[in-house]
Amino acid sequence: MKAKLVYLAAAALLATSVQGADKVKIGYIGTLSGPSAQPGIDMRDAFQLAVKLNGGKLGGLPAEVLVGDDQFRPDVGRQLAEKYVKSDKVDFLTGIVFSNIMLASAPIAWDNKTIYISVNAAPSPLAGKDCNPLFFAASWPNDAYHEAAGQHATNRGYKSAYLIAPNYQAGKDSLTGFKRFYKGKVVGEVYTKLGQLDYAVELAQVRAAKPDALYIFLPGGMGINFIKQFVAAGMSNEIPLITSGFGADQDIIRPVGEAMLGLFDTAHWALDLDNAANKKFVAAFEKEYKRLPSVYAAQGYDTALLIDSAVRDTKGKIEDVEAVRKALKAAKFESVRGAFKFNRNQMPIQNYYLRVVAKDNQGRLVNKTMGTIFKDHGDAYVQDCKMK
Amino acid sequence: MSWILILEQSLNGLQFGLMLFLLAAGLTLVFGIMDMINLAHGSLYMLGAFIASTFVQLTGSFTLGVLLAVPATAVVGMILEMSLLRTLYARDHLSQVLATFALILIINELVRLVWGSDAALPGPAALSGPVELLPGLRYPSYRLLIIGVGLAVAVLLYLLVTKTKVGMLVRAGASNREMALAMGVNIKTLFTLVFGVGAALCAVAGAMLAPLFAVQVGMGENILILAFVVIVIGGIGSIRGALVGAVLVGVVDTIGRAFLPILLGAFFQPRVASAAGPALASVMIYLIMAVVLYFRPKGLFPARG
Amino acid sequence: MKRSLVVLALLIVYPLAMQAIDHLFYVSFASRLLIYAIAATSLNLVLGYGGMISFGHAAFVGAGAYVASIALAEGVTSAWIGWPAAILASALLAWVIGAISLRTRGVYFIMITLAFAQMMFYLVNSMKAYGGDEGLTLPQRATLGFGLDLANEVVFYYVVLALLVAILYCLHRLVHSRFGRVMVAIRENEARVEAIGLPVYRYQLACFVIAGAAGGLAGALLASHGKYVNPNVLHWVQSGTLMIMVILGGVGHLWGGVIGAVALLTLEHAIADYPVPWLTQLAPNYQQHANLGVGLVLLLIVLFAPQGIAGLLSRKRHARA
Repeated sequence: MKAKLVYLAAAALLATSVQGADKVKIGYIGTLSGPSAQPGIDMRDAFQLAVKLNGGKLGGLPAEVLVGDDQFRPDVGRQLAEKYVKSDKVDFLTGIVFSNIMLASAPIAWDNKTIYISVNAAPSPLAGKDCNPLFFAASWPNDAYHEAAGQHATNRGYKSAYLIAPNYQAGKDSLTGFKRFYKGKVVGEVYTKLGQLDYAVELAQVRAAKPDALYIFLPGGMGINFIKQFVAAGMSNEIPLITSGFGADQDIIRPVGEAMLGLFDTAHWALDLDNAANKKFVAAFEKEYKRLPSVYAAQGYDTALLIDSAVRDTKGKIEDVEAVRKALKAAKFESVRGAFKFNRNQMPIQNYYLRVVAKDNQGRLVNKTMGTIFKDHGDAYVQDCKMK
Repeated sequence: MSWILILEQSLNGLQFGLMLFLLAAGLTLVFGIMDMINLAHGSLYMLGAFIASTFVQLTGSFTLGVLLAVPATAVVGMILEMSLLRTLYARDHLSQVLATFALILIINELVRLVWGSDAALPGPAALSGPVELLPGLRYPSYRLLIIGVGLAVAVLLYLLVTKTKVGMLVRAGASNREMALAMGVNIKTLFTLVFGVGAALCAVAGAMLAPLFAVQVGMGENILILAFVVIVIGGIGSIRGALVGAVLVGVVDTIGRAFLPILLGAFFQPRVASAAGPALASVMIYLIMAVVLYFRPKGLFPARG
Repeated sequence: MKRSLVVLALLIVYPLAMQAIDHLFYVSFASRLLIYAIAATSLNLVLGYGGMISFGHAAFVGAGAYVASIALAEGVTSAWIGWPAAILASALLAWVIGAISLRTRGVYFIMITLAFAQMMFYLVNSMKAYGGDEGLTLPQRATLGFGLDLANEVVFYYVVLALLVAILYCLHRLVHSRFGRVMVAIRENEARVEAIGLPVYRYQLACFVIAGAAGGLAGALLASHGKYVNPNVLHWVQSGTLMIMVILGGVGHLWGGVIGAVALLTLEHAIADYPVPWLTQLAPNYQQHANLGVGLVLLLIVLFAPQGIAGLLSRKRHARA
């Protein structure tokens, strides 16, 4: 038994001694299986596309991207983080979709002086009192989409709203964000089990409460099932449904279909955003993967571009973590969302748009930009962050 | 608290309970007659859903796909019984537990190899809308179908077990296996048949629930525990017990999930109430099981005298 | 005895070797193996020697893990408080669950232990204050004082090793004591022991509690090791994994839990992290399907070698004589 371990140790030694410092190693952990896998798959595909379009390099150095599936489980994500950070000694850890998995796994990177760049989740504590120099959110502050949605509901004059989100940090952030900008009356605030797929019970409660609008934050498989069941219960004709961009993008449009038409949602990006980087991205993604990119894919792509800019600007000296941090903070890259800059808590400052699900000129269901809700919007927690 | 809400939640509970019954019925028979703990019962449920998803894709019809998946899963179940599980009847419970646990792992991976981690099984398009049961209560028609199918199967099983010769043999085997053997019942065939019926029931539940939940590897494990709780409450070997136990569990779980958060919300913050409600509902089910076992150690309707 | 000493010597030398080649990750990995060895050994007591098929053992490991974690999260960093608290909590839980469950027999016993474990799982899951299903990340490992810094992987390893050796020794003494002989007698024929007049229920309960307490210690160590705890540690599938370890290693053999834990976890790690070229060619994704191998091995063991690896080893020894 112990002989086996010694043998394995020797093998490991052999394996690691071949590695050099002349490439960028990325540990990429994503939720790639299960009913909520599509966002993770989109992100990973887009990330790898960006690397591919760059000739397999990031910032001029050959890029080695190790991809692992956290199976929607924090303990698995954590084990992968342990392996990538401690055993493979990656230069950047990234990719995680869900904030509960991220909160369990990213600390391993931080404990080992490795930078974590979030492609998606950016929970409010990390924007405020727990802000960390080794954490960069390339995506958005968790509350942002929901703040925009709350503002939209206020603009629309909905007097009462019923809110549903899953019971985890991002869920809590979502409804807090909505309430921050919604000036009407909240007649119900329900937190469902993360990963729950059958909403019969909750839908009956909503029906009984008779709100002016229903706001949901249910990403992935949760959203797919909820919207289908919402329509099946005949409630789509009775109660207007608003959701964040997470609940209304391509990963949900494809399985749900026409029932999504006319749904309003909010996001920081849309397919029809008019800038050169975005046009190139959408065309390349469609060509490579034969499907339209979602907001998640846009994120994966942008994160790769961000890393690319940082490696380039430190001229490949990525062992110098401080220099990499400075380069990341400068964020000198062509983002698909247009203007991009970091706040001093390393969360983005950007625009948020109102979108509606409609058909494009090829008859496909897409999100069309309807207007800007917030311009150069940061987050509400930055004053609690002690970073300069 | 409107009547409509209570009615709707009751229907939800009934729907869940009836599907649980389909799983529990097969499990209780296998247990009662063959005295075998089969942890892989949940895997048959999962297989039924995956096989159904393939047939629905091939035929383009939900009904046809499900109807084909049921006998297909039954056949798989019977092959499993004849090849492997048969050797476990004579073994002790620990060996049965471990061997069927190993089966769960093996079947999970085989399904992953063949289908991937999940599959899509969309419900029939015709039933994707609601039915107006009462003014103000538009209930999803697909769930009504589930209730209908569940009740139909329950009636069928009842007829099978009480009115046919095979059913009589099953009941005899459940109440006293040694005597049945002594009377010359062809035990081997009977066992295989019972297993096949159990697998078929699993397939119906798996296929019917798939459009609501998701067809994914590991879906059997979660529902397996509930099925075991149901048969312990109902009484091992009794189909009537399985029905009563299943509906009880289904209704308690649903009512708990629906109304406990509201009750708790009066005292706690919404996030806490939302988490505690479902947890308490689950705990209640186990408490009911403990209480039932305390007063009726053999369950509510034990098959053995 | 001689074999045990050789193994012990290897275990003592191992981390120093790993440190020398700068692979502390493998010291941490080995600590995890040994912690699971403690957990599996505790189950072996109840399952192998006691003959009680407890499908809820993960509840005790989990309870220990959570009590130790909550202590750390609340700032009580001393292991001298946290770990005994964990052991006490698990023992208490085992006492309550055992007292009720042991009134039943056969499959009802299995079901009830399973049900209790699931109840614990749901309860812990709903404790949002301590992470709920996101789990709880801990600020640091427990502190022992006496200059022993548990944050140092090598030190932690030796502490775990010492505890494992202590537990194995206790088990050895227990098994060869009157208590142990009564337990084995109960396992073989309960009615006979009742007939003699011994209080079977009390012996079984005592065994159950001791095993639960040891499981709680394993849980506390696990929490410190990973600095993270998550309700999955209480899930019944975890109980199943522990059972696999015991069966694989050799149910009822002193080293059964250790051998099983080390074998299973090493095998899983080897499959996942070290791709074998010809196997990759044959089945490109085989590494993600490690459980298939585990399931098959378990099935084969149950069918053909129910005494596990330890059984095979001791059979060989007897054959030689």
